[in-house]
Amino acid sequence: MPTFLRYARLKLQNWPDILFRSITRLSAFSVLVLLLAIIVSLVIGSMPAIKAFGFGFLSSTEWDPVTDQFGALVPIVGTLVTSGIALLIAVPVSFGIALFLTELSPRWLRRPLGIAVELLAGIPSIIYGMWGLFVFAPLFGEHIEPWINDNIGVIPVIGPFFSGPPMGIGVLTAGIILAIMVIPFIASVMRDVFEVVPALLKESAYGLGATTWEVMWNVVLPYTKIGVVGGIMLGLGRALGETMAVTFVIGNAHSLNASLLMPGNSISSALANEFNEAVGELYTSALIELGLILFFITFVVLTIARFMLYKLSKREGKVT
Amino acid sequence: MISEKATTPKLVVKDLNFFYGNDRALKDVNLSIPEKMVTAFIGPSGCGKSTLLRTFNRMYELYPKQKATGEILLDGQNLLEKRQDLNTLRAKIGMVFQKPTPFPMSIYDNITFGVKLYENLNQHDMSERVEWALKKAALWNEVKDKLKQSGTGLSGGQQQRLCIARAIAVKPEVLLLDEPTSALDPISTAHIERLVDELKKEFTIVIVTHNMQQAARISDFTAYMYLGELIEFGDTSAVFTNPKRKETEDYITGRFG
Amino acid sequence: MLTLYARRRLINWLSLGISVLAMAFGLFWLGWILFTLLQHGIPGLSVAVFTQITPPPGSAGGLVNAIAGSLMMTALGTLIGTPIGILAGTYLAEFGQRGWLAPVTRFINDVLLSAPSIIIGLFVYTVYVIKVKHFSGWAGAFALAILVIPIVIRTTENMLRLVPNSLREAAAALGAPQWKIISSVTLRAARAGILTGVMLAIARISGETAPLLFTSLNNQFWSSNMNQPMANLPVVIFQFAMSPYVDWQELAWAGALLITFSVLTLNIMARVLFRQQASSH
Repeated sequence: MPTFLRYARLKLQNWPDILFRSITRLSAFSVLVLLLAIIVSLVIGSMPAIKAFGFGFLSSTEWDPVTDQFGALVPIVGTLVTSGIALLIAVPVSFGIALFLTELSPRWLRRPLGIAVELLAGIPSIIYGMWGLFVFAPLFGEHIEPWINDNIGVIPVIGPFFSGPPMGIGVLTAGIILAIMVIPFIASVMRDVFEVVPALLKESAYGLGATTWEVMWNVVLPYTKIGVVGGIMLGLGRALGETMAVTFVIGNAHSLNASLLMPGNSISSALANEFNEAVGELYTSALIELGLILFFITFVVLTIARFMLYKLSKREGKVT
Repeated sequence: MISEKATTPKLVVKDLNFFYGNDRALKDVNLSIPEKMVTAFIGPSGCGKSTLLRTFNRMYELYPKQKATGEILLDGQNLLEKRQDLNTLRAKIGMVFQKPTPFPMSIYDNITFGVKLYENLNQHDMSERVEWALKKAALWNEVKDKLKQSGTGLSGGQQQRLCIARAIAVKPEVLLLDEPTSALDPISTAHIERLVDELKKEFTIVIVTHNMQQAARISDFTAYMYLGELIEFGDTSAVFTNPKRKETEDYITGRFG
Repeated sequence: MLTLYARRRLINWLSLGISVLAMAFGLFWLGWILFTLLQHGIPGLSVAVFTQITPPPGSAGGLVNAIAGSLMMTALGTLIGTPIGILAGTYLAEFGQRGWLAPVTRFINDVLLSAPSIIIGLFVYTVYVIKVKHFSGWAGAFALAILVIPIVIRTTENMLRLVPNSLREAAAALGAPQWKIISSVTLRAARAGILTGVMLAIARISGETAPLLFTSLNNQFWSSNMNQPMANLPVVIFQFAMSPYVDWQELAWAGALLITFSVLTLNIMARVLFRQQASSH
């Protein structure tokens, strides 16, 4: 084959390269477009409600489709309180699980247990909701809540938060179900984060005669605290936006109660329950604005989470 | 650059400088690599021998912030020039790496991967080319019955010979070997060394090695590099038996490095 | 009064004991939930579940329209989302060393990865369902595709980064153009890992309820028309479970059992596949 023919195909190979690169670039760009489109569409959708209620929407507890008066305070508080309860329970438990998986578990058990935790994270949230409604809530209402009423409900100051009819469903139940859901998320992030601690660092602490707990508390945790907080925030982002698990058990009542045993509402459960039945532009728009608020809150939380995890991975790069 | 052997230069390096960002990794390197001979680059790690090798096929262009200045003439043509087509260049200058790099495909497809980039061969010619390349790389007898099996299933030494076959299947003029035996056992290493001796009849070979005995065994010319500079270059037996520079002597006698 | 040493030991044993309890606590829920599913789901499983459509309250029926709808929308969502995800992930891993696009995309993608799925449903509702004025299987598939994209992007990028650079160099040294290096060498080397990501994405979307509520909604009848509202397992489970009818609830449990076990099977298969990929490097 003559030389000029042999290399002829090469010249042509430049435009496929450019084409290929452009296609992949366009795909990456579409992610940005997607985010912008989500924000813009939600803002446009909430415009009627924003015009009608302004900032008062955020502080009003009213929710009356008949008179077209809407306020977001109840679902916002419900979202924050259920997620708060979830974190209060999930963080220490996840820490314990991560500690067990990285330091205590016999080597042969680590993998199966790690998989079990991740499977718990894989169960669809609707299953948690169903299980919560049919299995957990009745038991909780019958056995635990009366006890809470009698023992915690009578304590001054915090008492009012824990007294109410033992119905099983309510804000506290929703928080507990959420906790069970986010435990595996937080635990696996924490485990991954603990594993970046250089073995040398741990060994030198053990070498000084430190106990496992002391190594964990005084060496591993300070070293990884940014990552641990990042993992917690990731779990929080999950809890804030979770829909099905909450919708089943929160009770869906648009009322603000001090008691955690009373039914309440969260942004996502309000959307799941009411959106398809919403009649009228303002009602729909108010619900979309709820969605916008939820997106904003989770966006901020997730941004902080990613930022912290990113900082940890950057420092890890420097150390090793 | 005196040499008793009669040679024609294949690659001529003139005032070559290389930069990783702001770090100067090669300093005013000048040398000429003779055609159809084996030239070895030796020196302590970090001396720039691999960097020099990788300028010959402009491999550094895969990475941002790396650049080379000066000239490298391949048959009189400066290959560092912008208008030099990279793919054409790499068709003429093949390369084999430290660790075997079989592609995740069959042995047959590994060989044809490069050939298909440059030539439209019919099935018969292609099969012949594969056989030719595998025979040249002394691998044919071991794999002729399993050409359809994955290249990643071979042993380390076989994988490396597969990579050599893949490189020569394109029929390059120059073959760059970047520490080709550093990941192999002694028997596979001996295999490859014998192969290099065979291949130099047809190809100009440049080999980077950290193993001085290897350089002494297989190369015709040797370049000793240190801290990005070419310290000494010449006939291998002269460099090893009668080094002109104190630094070379220290390195070769093992007092350093 | 304990000595310092004894106190340190005591604290250590206490905390380690609590850690073991925490692990047991986590496993306890997994066990309980799976047990409940089997307990309530198995009695509801029958041939009718796979052969009959969802019944009106009080009569017998199955879930076949919901199963078919879920399969169709999951398949379409995966088919739409996967190529975009793989291409974008390829950009991040192979071309993303310079410029602003890659880091920004990576960050946004990580946020989308954990964004509330109900928002995605709301988004598709406002940009698509409102425009065509009816719920449809397509809308559901779009919403699921949007959930698939970030997962596939993430795994594709991570898996391509695991491919050793020497492989790219070896292909480049033969003079292969970039598209060829990426399409036939690096993507191929990472294919098992990328497939893992796709399977995890399928596992994730096949259990998603929230994004389907406002998009595909539900359909009591058999329909394979993607332009019509489409039945699907999660929404059927939601409606049936929340209903007061016992036979609906029984079907909901059967559906829950089906979904959970297919999701867990996919998860386990993905992990096995990933292990093979990881051990080949």
